[in-house]
Amino acid sequence: MKKILLLLVLLFSVISFSQETIKQDSLKTVTVEGKRRGLKKSLSGTANTTVVTSKELLKAACCNLAESFETNPSIDVNFSDALTGTKQIKMLGLTSPYIMITEENIPSVRGASQAYGLSFTPGTWVESIQITKGAGSVVNGYESISGQINTELIKPLKDIPFYLNAYGSTDSRFELNTHFNKKVSDYWATSLFVHGNARVSKNDMNDDGFLDNPLGRQFNIANRWQYANPDTGWVTFLNLRFMKDEKQTGQLNFDPNRDKGTTNYWGSEINTERLDFSSKVGYIFKDMPYQSIGFQNAFSSHNQESYFGLNQYDIKQQSYYSNLIFNSIISNTMHKFATGLNFTYDKYAEFVNFADVSRIDNSVGAFFEYTYDDGDKFSYILGGRFDYHNRLGGFFTPRLHVKYNPWEKAVLRFSAGRGKRAANIFAENQNLFASSRTFSVLDTNGKVYGLNPEIAWNYGISFTQNFKLFGMNADTTVDFYRTDFQNQAVVDVMNSPQQVLFYNLKGKSYANSLQLDFNLEIIKHLNLRTAYKYYDISTDYLSGSYQRPLQAKHRFFANLEYETHIVEKGKQWKFDYTFNWLGKQQLPNTASNPHHDQLPEFSPSFSVMNAQITRTFSSTFEMYIGGENIGNYSQHKAVLGSDNPFGPTFDTSIVYAPVFGQMYYAGLRFKIK
Amino acid sequence: MILGMMLLFVALSTQAQEKKNKNAKYEFEVNGNCEQCQKRIQKAAFSVPGVKSATWNIESHQLTVFLNEEKCSVLDVKKAIAKVGHDTDGVKAEDSVYDKLHTCCKYERK
Repeated sequence: MKKILLLLVLLFSVISFSQETIKQDSLKTVTVEGKRRGLKKSLSGTANTTVVTSKELLKAACCNLAESFETNPSIDVNFSDALTGTKQIKMLGLTSPYIMITEENIPSVRGASQAYGLSFTPGTWVESIQITKGAGSVVNGYESISGQINTELIKPLKDIPFYLNAYGSTDSRFELNTHFNKKVSDYWATSLFVHGNARVSKNDMNDDGFLDNPLGRQFNIANRWQYANPDTGWVTFLNLRFMKDEKQTGQLNFDPNRDKGTTNYWGSEINTERLDFSSKVGYIFKDMPYQSIGFQNAFSSHNQESYFGLNQYDIKQQSYYSNLIFNSIISNTMHKFATGLNFTYDKYAEFVNFADVSRIDNSVGAFFEYTYDDGDKFSYILGGRFDYHNRLGGFFTPRLHVKYNPWEKAVLRFSAGRGKRAANIFAENQNLFASSRTFSVLDTNGKVYGLNPEIAWNYGISFTQNFKLFGMNADTTVDFYRTDFQNQAVVDVMNSPQQVLFYNLKGKSYANSLQLDFNLEIIKHLNLRTAYKYYDISTDYLSGSYQRPLQAKHRFFANLEYETHIVEKGKQWKFDYTFNWLGKQQLPNTASNPHHDQLPEFSPSFSVMNAQITRTFSSTFEMYIGGENIGNYSQHKAVLGSDNPFGPTFDTSIVYAPVFGQMYYAGLRFKIK
Repeated sequence: MILGMMLLFVALSTQAQEKKNKNAKYEFEVNGNCEQCQKRIQKAAFSVPGVKSATWNIESHQLTVFLNEEKCSVLDVKKAIAKVGHDTDGVKAEDSVYDKLHTCCKYERK
């Protein structure tokens, strides 16, 4: 009898045990869904991270990743220059090379893709974006200085069977996005994303004889596979992607077949082909959901062939990235750690006007990151990594993030960290090729184009308080960050309008950034978001100390969104309005040019307004119309020396305001669920 | 003969019991209400040496604990939770402790 009883108990415990294992679906990645708010700032997270949900991405024209930050005050989107039509982003006043940009935690926009890389990810592919201000994590590498932007793409296991987005705008840009998804089995799912865009006709609103934005064509296709088996604990991602992008710009009459390499007309073509393959394999230990191991591998080949007038620039980068990471706990989940190894290999074949500046970079590193969380008020992440790089040498990278909740609904954060990187001076500043500036690297002893690696420390504090104002939700944040450069590859356009100089920093270079946010739910469904930003970004140039050119010292941002109640069948109206005011900006030095090709020392201040209306007809179909730069502000002189493009004063790189005036667009989204 | 087999079985089963699980998972109900309760309950669970993970679900009131059975038992966890004012099926909190809970944490006692 006793035996049977024991057997029964044993059997029962085995059954219940196996049931428990089935119940554990903790394997599935934690994704933040954007039902309520488009921007999420957590009071409990240790790092100063804002999550941009897919809902937020629907609020603007948002054709690609570069354009998806328009409604977000943490990131400044520059105006696309006349040449490439690509919007550059800045964080804490520093341009994208100082930001670690990753796609599903694999570094994506770096090296050769630095200038246009963000425009190579269509906005509809994006599930969410995490923006972390300040030092960032050591897990992904040592390069981040001012922050980290991680993009999560739509996961095949959570995707809908079909999605269609069509878009057209008055600057004659058209886009088509189609997504297909299939659940192959209980554990396997696959998505196919196909994107095409084109700008088909020439625009010259300011009558300077130059295109305001390039003619272009992009074809982009991605196939993703996801495997997740909660019974065994194995998860896998496979991604394969191909992109081809072509741009043509310059004078209206420029015909590439006839005028390329001549001085008949000034013109430029930028053609890029990119192939990506990445894989992720993860295992979550059975019965120990707090322990896991992951292995990521990514290979990419990026090939850009381009010319800018008579300047020829070609760069091909082949990269391999590998990351092995082990997550576990020390005694309990209040003490977590992540440790692992990275390997990076980059082969650059780079030609600047046929001068061969090719190189091979490789690095291997180990990291350890410890997270303490008391589950209540206090948490911190302390990380360190040691890398050996063939050009940067052997070096240590420490990073620290601290969070403390001093009282209810308030959070105080602090971060500090070091970053180090090799500046790809030509790829990052290739917009300067579209000028008559001569390129000179003044140093010769360094290992990257003669220059030393860039090294910077970043420190920041942030305080957020949530509260009720007239019974409605409100919150306010104050952030202050400082970046101190120990060495910098200085890009000097302050010396002469006919030159760009590159040299190692001699003296001081720093970036201070202060941001004040105030957000309020005015009435139900009507939300206001405001931010004031102050930047003091100063560098010692050869000719003296100046603020960073094309950077406004004062900026003001406001966003107003209103949604009606969702009525039967999911019908809804959504309204969105964004206002940006930019104070005066330091302009590159043009004082030695003839009078009519001079620009003032500072740009005027101005404001830009965008708006969008979305009509949801049902949960599967919606249409939207919108306008950018509704106030129709445009820069007075977008191309310097436009009457003589092969003369000494020609420069298309000085863009401080929109070049194209107002622009209107319309689009539709259709889903099969 | 039968007695012998039974003895052997008992011996085996006790031996099996002695081989303790270092990552044993338990799930049981803890009475409570709010986010404050959540912090208090989890903190109490973590105060028991050997507890590796403790998550209390505000909606379902279920506490999921992973613990090292070589160092503690699920009863130790329940005792620690009762000590800060929260009842479980096995161990009830003392009235004096319960009474001192914040008003929003005063759950309905069973």
